[in-house]
Amino acid sequence: MTAPTTTVSTEAFVPGAPPAAPLWSDMARGIARENPVFVQMLGLCPAMAVSNMLTNGLAMGIATTFVLTASSFMISILRRYIATEVRITAYVLTIATFVTVADLILAATFPVISEALGPFVPLIVVNCLILGRAEAFASKVRPVRALADALGMGAGFTLALSTLSTIRELLGSGSLFGFNVLGPAFEPWVVMVMPAGGFLTLGLVLLLMGWYGTLKAQRAKAAAA
Amino acid sequence: MNNLAWIFLSTVLVNNFTLAMFLGLCPFFGVTSKVGNAWRLGAANTFVLLITAISVWLLNTFVLARTPYLRTIAFIVVIASTVQIVEMVIKKFVPVLFRELGIYLPLITTNCAILGLALFQTSRGYGFAEGLVFALGAGLGLTLALILMGSIRERIEVADVPAMARGMGLVLVVASCLSMAFMGFAGMGTS
Repeated sequence: MTAPTTTVSTEAFVPGAPPAAPLWSDMARGIARENPVFVQMLGLCPAMAVSNMLTNGLAMGIATTFVLTASSFMISILRRYIATEVRITAYVLTIATFVTVADLILAATFPVISEALGPFVPLIVVNCLILGRAEAFASKVRPVRALADALGMGAGFTLALSTLSTIRELLGSGSLFGFNVLGPAFEPWVVMVMPAGGFLTLGLVLLLMGWYGTLKAQRAKAAAA
Repeated sequence: MNNLAWIFLSTVLVNNFTLAMFLGLCPFFGVTSKVGNAWRLGAANTFVLLITAISVWLLNTFVLARTPYLRTIAFIVVIASTVQIVEMVIKKFVPVLFRELGIYLPLITTNCAILGLALFQTSRGYGFAEGLVFALGAGLGLTLALILMGSIRERIEVADVPAMARGMGLVLVVASCLSMAFMGFAGMGTS
């Protein structure tokens, strides 16, 4: 066991602790500037596997947010009592417990979605995003900040998943939430709901972001000159 | 026998873990910048997959039949400790291999392919032999995908790509083409 060395308000002395920041910026960071999927490239497996339909993408986003928030909060509370040597195992166990809770709740309330997501609900355990936030953030800050960060990251993840699955479902089956919106004349791009479409959609979104980035850099250079 | 051969073939090519089922994407994008790394990571993964298949079979047969709600937790604990034990054994008996594998061994714990294997093995009701063949196929498929991606990325490094595509965007589009190529194997199952 690591000895709890200092009192509560000495966050600055924890090695590698993130700098102090107002709560709203902890929360806002995950949504755009450090978006888990589009910027940090974390949690790609579920992001692509379930984003062929908007319903599934949204459900997966919400389930992940629940697990992320609950486990971040718990790990932050317990951060003084978890020995450094076994911390990864302790984090994984905490996460696995909340994943089991989420899995059972989903199976009891939305059996159809639970069936569609299949093994990808238990696979939330190995979503690198959750373990990453636990190790890099939640284990080093007060519970309130961990909660804000987890909510932000969860919102960012849900947003990314909704974006990807909106594009894929709209082009791949011409529908949204399972309702046909593009009409019978639309010829669906079947490849978009296939695995290849997942890679392609995320790749194109990243290319667009890269294009926007270079445009902005050019404009800044032109303004400076 | 025929069944075993079919499980093997379908896991390597038709339902390739990385390119068709999106399992193990973190190493697929994280460490495939060189072919050498791809080889080693693939080998390490195959090894852990085989051991996981055996442990999962033991768990399913003797422990989890009566406590299905403990499935996720039991699997992840077993996987984490297996990886740890494998790491220690290799370090003690085959130090050369340990140096070669380096950081990749502990990272395997959070590779979705391992837990994915455990879950699919359970949901499809594979027995002992089927589980082993499934694990071997998954490992080989993973290695194949890693090597293909590593080779392509080595070529991209020296190619002249536009500035906006220097990040991961291009790699993902390449992955999409690879995945499309593997879709060609899908017809094999229907005969």
